Formats: sequence, structure tokens, C-alpha cells
Amino acid sequence: MCLSGRFGSTRASAQVTSPRASTASGRYPAGRLAFPHRDLTGIGRLERHEILFLLDEAEQWVELNRRRNKHHDALAGLTIINAFFENSTRTLLSFEIAGKRLGADVVNMHAAQSSVKKGETLIDTAITLNAMRADAIVIRHASSGATQLIADKVDCPVLNAGDGSHEHPTQALLDALALREALAERGDPSDDFTGLTVTICGDILHSRVARSNLLCLQALGATVRLCAPPALMPVGVQAMGAEVFHDFDAALRGADVVMMLRLQTERMEGQFIPSAREYHHLYGLTRQRLDNAAPDALVMHPGPMNRGVEIDSDVADMIDRSIITRQVEMGVAIRMACLDVLTRSARGVEGWAE
Amino acid sequence: MKQVRPIAITGGRLVLPDGVRESVLRLEDGRIATVDAEPRQGDDIVDARGRLVAPGLVDLGVFKIDKPAFRFGGITRAALMPDQSPPLDLPSRVAYIAKSGKPDLWVHPLAAATRGLEGDALAEIALMREAGARAVATGRSWIGDSGTMLRLLQYAAMLDMVVIAHAEDAGLARGSVATAGEMATRLGLAGAPVEAEALAISRDLALVELAGARIHFRQVTTRGGLDLIRRAKARGVTVTAGVTPAHFMLSDLATAEFRSFMRLSPPLRSEEDRQAVIAAIGDGTIDVIASGHDPRGPEDKRLPFADAAPGMAGAESLLAMTLTLVRDGVIDMARAFDLLAAAPARLLGVKAGALAPEYEGDVALVDPEKPWVIDSRMMAATAGNTPFDGQPTQGRVTALYKGGVPLGL
Repeated sequence: MCLSGRFGSTRASAQVTSPRASTASGRYPAGRLAFPHRDLTGIGRLERHEILFLLDEAEQWVELNRRRNKHHDALAGLTIINAFFENSTRTLLSFEIAGKRLGADVVNMHAAQSSVKKGETLIDTAITLNAMRADAIVIRHASSGATQLIADKVDCPVLNAGDGSHEHPTQALLDALALREALAERGDPSDDFTGLTVTICGDILHSRVARSNLLCLQALGATVRLCAPPALMPVGVQAMGAEVFHDFDAALRGADVVMMLRLQTERMEGQFIPSAREYHHLYGLTRQRLDNAAPDALVMHPGPMNRGVEIDSDVADMIDRSIITRQVEMGVAIRMACLDVLTRSARGVEGWAE
Repeated sequence: MKQVRPIAITGGRLVLPDGVRESVLRLEDGRIATVDAEPRQGDDIVDARGRLVAPGLVDLGVFKIDKPAFRFGGITRAALMPDQSPPLDLPSRVAYIAKSGKPDLWVHPLAAATRGLEGDALAEIALMREAGARAVATGRSWIGDSGTMLRLLQYAAMLDMVVIAHAEDAGLARGSVATAGEMATRLGLAGAPVEAEALAISRDLALVELAGARIHFRQVTTRGGLDLIRRAKARGVTVTAGVTPAHFMLSDLATAEFRSFMRLSPPLRSEEDRQAVIAAIGDGTIDVIASGHDPRGPEDKRLPFADAAPGMAGAESLLAMTLTLVRDGVIDMARAFDLLAAAPARLLGVKAGALAPEYEGDVALVDPEKPWVIDSRMMAATAGNTPFDGQPTQGRVTALYKGGVPLGL
């Protein structure tokens, strides 16, 4: 699969305002049947082919984003509200860029320091946003299930940008896209991850990224190992299909991909690990440790990284192995794809009426 | 409101302590006169038309006095938890609450075990008993300090008052909103291990034996906790256990959609634990079924699951949910009303909760088959936070008497 060739020609001829022919047409059910959801609240609600559809849709935006003129008018005139009830820089920026590149009017609401402080309930805030006739609302909230709660009260598509320790679906999708691209570049092109072993190590207990990735990677055929000290490993996660490890070296053995997560100290009540130094001793990804994994194993991290704690700088910066910056790049494309697909119904794109 | 003329309820099936019998119930001077004699001259005759004639329910451990909901549910006495604002930790507050429900509802305030329910300093329990408190309660939380708990149990034993305890180890349960397990993990909710309950019960039982006290665990909801109670009872420890319908009707699967009405304390458990609760009701390990009535408005419940306040409005559905256990053959009708009325009355030391001569004339006429749908929008309670919203059920109170006086429903 040669990405630049396959998409370079289709994109070059696309008209800026006319309905685009889907790059993935033919492989998926026509129109709305390819993605029959109003919202994107979690990977847990998606079928395998719906995940693949979003990934394929994103590839055209990867290509656009690499051009000098990164603008498209698909969402011109639409208003997208990024309502972030929890501080975020990276995800907010990524969603904002995605919306703007598609021509939408993007408004950022830093709810973490606004009306919430004045005692307004989350649902009242949601109803307020709805009354302003947003065409899509992107939500990040510190409580699991908060996005679904808002989605039930508003009339437009809602995208989950992370809810508590529950899900962070666009992160899992961008991770899958980054991984797929990296594998293709290595001459190992494949739609999915059948046969691949991915080790996710870090604060699994508090991580929505781990949950979404576990669901997404498994849906795409990968075997997922989770590694954390017992206090940071959620009970019963085996029932979700994960292989559970406490010994990082064992978890790394033969792994094709290593995904490192940071310690979410802001979510910890009480002490979960004795010290960052001790954590690094047991679970820090060093060059030496990485040798336990498969030769040329890829290294991923959703960011922000704590260099010297869960990952050493020389590992994070390995040009041939680390795809951490590529993850960030794919984030914009995936979010563009999600915003595009979820607003098709409202934009009256043919075949996408509800 | 005093009963002026004697009443004879005829044509009903009386739920007596030893079984259900067709008979006549006579009420005189606010008390039950006879359960097996014919009506006398001058009695007001009430035709029960085949309905059950049962004792009014005695609800042990509600968080709010909610008369319309209690009436709907056939509750004539309610023991109020000390978790009020301000807490029931002073004799004056207890005395005020003790009078608040009369004449149509008797409220038994439960004395706060510690000042401000903070778990440190013992409250003035003897003075609160004098003011009308019939039992002591630790409130919504466990007393973490074992020394304090021992002194509390010794003190309550001296005063011959039962201690109503919450069984959840504070260290394990801190910050949690669910039971640790697959469901909590999938949802990303902070979960406490089920052992938090058994651990708390285990310690408290050891202290109860040491102090020679009486303890009632308001809610026992796990297999491990119930096993401890069962074994303690077998060796003669003065322990009783209660539960609310949520823990025998629902498991943590019900939390799947993050519905905050399912946010309870203790949290919903696994299906295995739900089955253990049903078995424990059947074999007598559980003594009391209570509503845990805790109506919560939108400001407490229209929130993300973890941010919502725990609690359910349970008074209206208490009887109907318990009757499902009768229909399923877990218990018989006489035992259902022992769980709902007689046993809690015994714990409170009041002559009520059973159809027996000299007992309070608190009577409910019940149509055990009457179908209805639990609908959070149409509830009598001050808030509609029922975890059984939308569920069709059977069994309704059709008439209610408090001290021989009919109450409008």
C-alpha cells in the first residue's frame, strides 16, 4: 500500500466544495450504513469495520495535512464547540486545528475555569451549548460517562475527547492509524493488526487511553498485553481480553509494539507507587529493556511524556523506532475524519440522512 | 387523631406471624384487639374483599421523612438515619424529630453514634435515648477507629440499644463509586474490592463479641459478608443484617449506561453476590429488608455517575420488590412481613410490626397482585431517583391504618 500514490491523485482532483467521493468507497456499506452512529463516545460501541472506515477516511486528511495549503471547506459554516471541562493542551489544539482545516468555526470553551466553578450543572451547560446551535460538540470531562450524559441531552453529534478513566476514542484511532502507517512504511502493509503483539505499560487503572486502545487494537486483531504494578492494574481486565503482566521484562518479550503511559498522579487518591525513581526502576522503558521486545519493535506514547520516568529520552527520540510524533500528526487527521463523518448527516451529504 | 370507634376488618386474609389465614382483625383504642374473633356490635365494619391484611411496614434506616412516599408504600413507622443537616447528635434534635411525624407516621430517630458523625468522639447517647432515640447508628460511613467502635459498642450495650452499622472498610472504599470488577473496569469507574464489606463486618463482629453488644448491619450485600453473619449467628453472636431491594434485584450490570440512579452506597455488586443476597434472605441470614429511602433531586443526580450523590428513593417500591421474592418462592408471605415490619420493630423495641393483640393498630390492606409500573416521573416521593424506573411490578397498598385511624392514600 503506497499511501502517497494512492491518495495523491484522488485528492488532487477533488473539488473543494463539491461532495467528495469517499476514498474508501466500495469497501464499506454505502452512505450512513458505513458509520450509523450520531456520536463518538467510545470504541466499545464500534464494530471492527466502523473503526476501519474511520481510519480509511482519515488517510485523505493525512495527505491534505502534508500539503502547503491545508484547507478544505467541507464543514464551512458549521460551528464546532470544544467544551473541555478538564485542562488539556494537546487534544484541544488537535481538535481545534482539525475543525479549522475543515473550514468550520471552532469555539473553545475552557469550562474547567468558567461556569462549572459557578455551580452550573453539567447538563445545564450542555443545554446552553445546544441552544447556541452547535453542529458538533467535543467534550473532555474528568468523570467517566460524562460525554454520554451530554450526548443524551443535545441535538448534535458529540465527540468524546476523554471522559474520566473510561474512553478516549480518537486517541485509540489515531494510535491505530499511526501504527498502520508505520508498518506500511516498513513494507508490512496490512489493513489491521492480526498477529501483532502490543504491550501497554503504565498507569492502566486510571487510563482511558489504555481502555480505548485495548478495545481498538483487539478489534483489529492484535494481542494486547497490559503491564502495571498491581495497584495500578484494574480488577477483572482479563475479562476484556487483555493479558496481564506485572513484570515489564516479561511483558516486553517478543512484543512488536510498546505503548508507554504516564502516571496520572492527578487522579490518584493516596499513594500508588513509592516514588518516580522506583517506578522507573521497575517500569521505565530504557534502551536496554527495549531489547527484550521483538527486533525493531515500535515505541508509542500518547503524551505528555515524563522523560526519565516511564520512558527514557534516548528511547523516545529513536528515529527508526519511536512513532510518538507521528501519533500527534495522525491525531489531526483522525479528528478531521471524525468531524467530517459525524456531520455528514446534518450537512445533507448524499446517503447520510438519518 | 385518635381511634374513636372499634373497627373490624372482615373478608381479608390476615398475614399473621405464623402464616396467612382468613379471619377478622379488630382494632380498638388504636391497638389490635383480636385477630381471631367475630366483629362485635358497634364495630365499624371494613370489607377487605379478599385482600391481604398485613402490618404496616416499619422502615429501618431512611434518610428523609417523606410522608407521601411512605403512605404509598404502606410504611407506618420509619427509623430516621442520623445523617441529617444538622446530624442527629444532640438530644434536642432527636426530641424534635421524634415528634415530627405524628399522628399519621411514627418517626424513630436513630441517635448518631459520634459527634457530627465524624467517627471520633462519642455523642450523648443516653440523653438522646431519653429524648426518644431507640437505636444508635454510625450513619453512612463506617467507624474506622477500632478503639472508638469498641467503646461505642460497650456503651450501647450498657444502655441496651442496638448499634446500626455501615459495613464498608473506609480505607478500601475511599474514593470508590463501584465494586471493583469487570464492569467497573470497563466503565472506568473507581471500584473498591468486595472484601471491603467482609473486612468491616469481621472487625465489628470481633468487637461485638468483646463488648457483649447487639449490632445490626444495615446493608449486607456480598457473599463474604453474609457468610460471616451466618457463622456469627450460628455461634450465638447477637447480630442481625439488613438489605435493600436494590441489592437483591440488581447487579452492577445495571450501571452499564452510567445511570446515576444506580449509584448507591454500598455500590451494586456482581450477579454472584446478588444471588448470595437472595439465598441469605431465604435462609434467614438476612433479617430486615428496608427501603434505604434517600430521595435525591436533579442537583444531586443529573450528574456524571461518579459525581452524583449515592442513594435511591425506595419507599414506594419496597413492598412490591419484596413480594417478588414471595412469587419466586424464596420466602413465604408471613416471612416477607417479618422482614418488612416485625423484625425491624423488634430491633427498635416497639410493640408494632405484627398482627398480634396489644400491638399498635398499624395495618395495611394489600393487593399483592395489582400490577403497576414504577415511573420516576410519577412518584409520590420528593424525588424520583428509583433504580427500578420503568419496571413493571405487582403489589400495592390499597388502604392504610395508623393506630386504628384510616389514612387517605
